[in-house]
Amino acid sequence: MTKNVTSKELMGGDDDLPLYAPQKKIYPQRVSGSFRRIKWGLMALCLGVYYLLPLVRWNRGLGAPDQAVLIDFQSQRFYFFFIELWPQEFYYFTGLLILAAFTLFLMNALGGRIWCGYLCPQTVWTDLFYVVERWTEGDRRARIKADAGPLTAARLARRALKQAIWLIIAWWTGGAWVLYFSDAPTLVKDLATFQAPAIAYVWIGILTASTYLLAGHAREQVCLYMCPWPRIQAALTDEWALNVTYKYDRGEPRCSVKKGRAQRALGETAGDCVDCNQCVAVCPTGIDIRNGAQLGCIQCGLCIDACDNVMKRIGRPTRLIGYDNDINVQRRTSGKTEAFKPVRSRTVVYAALIATVCAVMLHALLTRSLLDLNVLHDRNPVAVKLSAGAIRNGYTLRFLNKRGFDRVIAVDVDGPANAQIHIVGFDSVTPDRPMIVLARDATTELRVLVTAPFDDKSEKTAPVKFRITDIGLGEVASATDHFVTP
Amino acid sequence: MSQHNDTDHISGRSTTGHEWDGIEELNTPLPRWWVLTFYATIIWAFGYWVVYPAWPLVSGYTAGVLHTTNRAAVTANLAQLEALRGEKMKALGTASLAEIENDPALLALARARGKTVFGDNCAPCHGSGAAGAKGYPNLNDDDWLWGGTLDQIMQTIQFGARSGHAKAHEGQMLAFGKDGVLKSDEIVAVANYVRSLSGLSTRKGYDAAKGEKIFADNCVACHGDRGKGNQELGAANLTDKIWLYGSDEATLIETISNGRAGVMPAWEGRLDPSTIKAMAVYVHALGGGK
Ligand code: SF4
Ligand code: SF4
Repeated sequence: MTKNVTSKELMGGDDDLPLYAPQKKIYPQRVSGSFRRIKWGLMALCLGVYYLLPLVRWNRGLGAPDQAVLIDFQSQRFYFFFIELWPQEFYYFTGLLILAAFTLFLMNALGGRIWCGYLCPQTVWTDLFYVVERWTEGDRRARIKADAGPLTAARLARRALKQAIWLIIAWWTGGAWVLYFSDAPTLVKDLATFQAPAIAYVWIGILTASTYLLAGHAREQVCLYMCPWPRIQAALTDEWALNVTYKYDRGEPRCSVKKGRAQRALGETAGDCVDCNQCVAVCPTGIDIRNGAQLGCIQCGLCIDACDNVMKRIGRPTRLIGYDNDINVQRRTSGKTEAFKPVRSRTVVYAALIATVCAVMLHALLTRSLLDLNVLHDRNPVAVKLSAGAIRNGYTLRFLNKRGFDRVIAVDVDGPANAQIHIVGFDSVTPDRPMIVLARDATTELRVLVTAPFDDKSEKTAPVKFRITDIGLGEVASATDHFVTP
Repeated sequence: MSQHNDTDHISGRSTTGHEWDGIEELNTPLPRWWVLTFYATIIWAFGYWVVYPAWPLVSGYTAGVLHTTNRAAVTANLAQLEALRGEKMKALGTASLAEIENDPALLALARARGKTVFGDNCAPCHGSGAAGAKGYPNLNDDDWLWGGTLDQIMQTIQFGARSGHAKAHEGQMLAFGKDGVLKSDEIVAVANYVRSLSGLSTRKGYDAAKGEKIFADNCVACHGDRGKGNQELGAANLTDKIWLYGSDEATLIETISNGRAGVMPAWEGRLDPSTIKAMAVYVHALGGGK
């Protein structure tokens, strides 16, 4: 018989952290300082870009939309200032995604989760919602007190006001989102007069709900439980990455201001941390950074500001909490100088990869053709024997005219000797060199027949090259396929 | 079941009393909104049974008060589709064949429409790509028994050949052997002569003069002086490189002996006029149209 083991024994005693902890409500306190200023600036920039970008106009000439950034699903175009992308060029988006990933890696190698703390939409909008919360319900102390006290009418009114402003921001967020998909001024008018397509209202609804729930209610829960990035980045980081760190070599042992002064006066060492808990009070994820690096920290730097303010007041050097790495903690304790290594193989590789992808994309963008041609050989039948014995192959040619005007192009074929070309539906005056008109900013699909004489000595298959030339501009595009004999 | 009123000492919450290897299960009821949703779905199901077809019976099913059927829905959808197409198909109906060919938009529409209709109706004989087979003409090439202009193609589709329709193409290859008009050696001679017309090799020592004479006496009436064929009668051109039934000697002997009379059905009445028009344009645009 085995002895029954109690769960208490398995857990190793009462001191361990429980496996289960109900959510604690967090009341981040307002703080001011350099990192808070950086956050304000970045918040203004991100929100400004997001809300205003669809309203920026860009003149593209007749028939093309005047919106600088537009994802036009209906005509399958993506406009970004002077760039116009077609569905065939979707690889640019792949490039952008790769670029985004490597940039994230690089940021992570340099400064840990700075993306999380400063630029992540979840952070930006949550931060904005906190501003509203502080404005309506007061700062940390007032909110804690109000939550503990009875639900008075005044408090209810403040709460309602907060929810209303949250909803307005959320709704505006959804509204700005749909503006990226249609001509913004027209859509705004249509939305206001209830003429807009139902899908626009649906998306505004979805984005309103998700913004309200994520930024208003889920908040740090997203960072702690939903977001995969903290798990991934833990595998990507190394000991040189700068993280928000409590320099315990300087802060410990914690002691009161008075005691610290007294000890230092006697020439003894004393920790700088006065255990005021300001760093915990301001933390939007509610953690104590003095416990060391942890998953909950989004690297927002607000605890640095909080602690710096305390240090200034008690006349001690600032940056008891700061962007630092564990190596330095060890180096300082063993009397060595601090060391930072932003340039190391990891960051160099990331930077090189970013530069390469950028260069490739830029090159592709600058050399992209505005006239394009695709060929599809007939499959059934692959080749046709004509009454005089010649062989004919049919092709579907797809012409892409990415310019904003109609153009006349000539179609030539280099293929088997003496090959003749005929475009179905276009009886050209110059039969050897058919000319067609390509509509502006559109694809044109035409059936093209190539006929070549055939005898027993003819090759079974021969390459055939279609070349199209813009008669006016001289732009050329070509595509190669095969000429098959039965 | 043992009686239990255990409490988990870590979370301070009650447990179900179930324990496996020292791990106890917390008593965590489903959230209320979840349970309510569950009840709502049950109520919903009752409503659904009443409104929509639901329960299979011995010889049928409960129809539901809305009398919804998938068949009715499909019919309605098809009618809607026809109405949608109506406008465009009307344009096909009013334009002339030549106008359709010269208007890229109409041509594209006719080809698209023609392709689907061809697949449904013509592919069994002519093949999905209209490449034909033995006895079924390849519509991609430039050899036409009954003519390859737009109008001629249209006429053939409309009325067919030997289809029994009053306006159908008539004319057939006679069975010279079966009917006792020609004897075996004469058939061999004329078969080889016909092969020579298109430059194919002939049997060693065959009597060319005899073949020519037999051809002149029996065949020129339909196939013409030099064997060039006659589209009025659907008589094949015997001088080109395209053979509907095959050009080897045995096949030719069989053709001359037993005759040929392939049937092309008339599509008038089975397909509406604008669809037939679309099909004519499609076939013409396959590349062999004159
Ligand atoms: S510990 Fe500091 S840096 Fe990390 S999330 Fe909290 S306030 Fe921000
Ligand atoms: S804010 Fe600074 S001094 Fe105050 S508890 Fe945090 S680390 Fe210590």
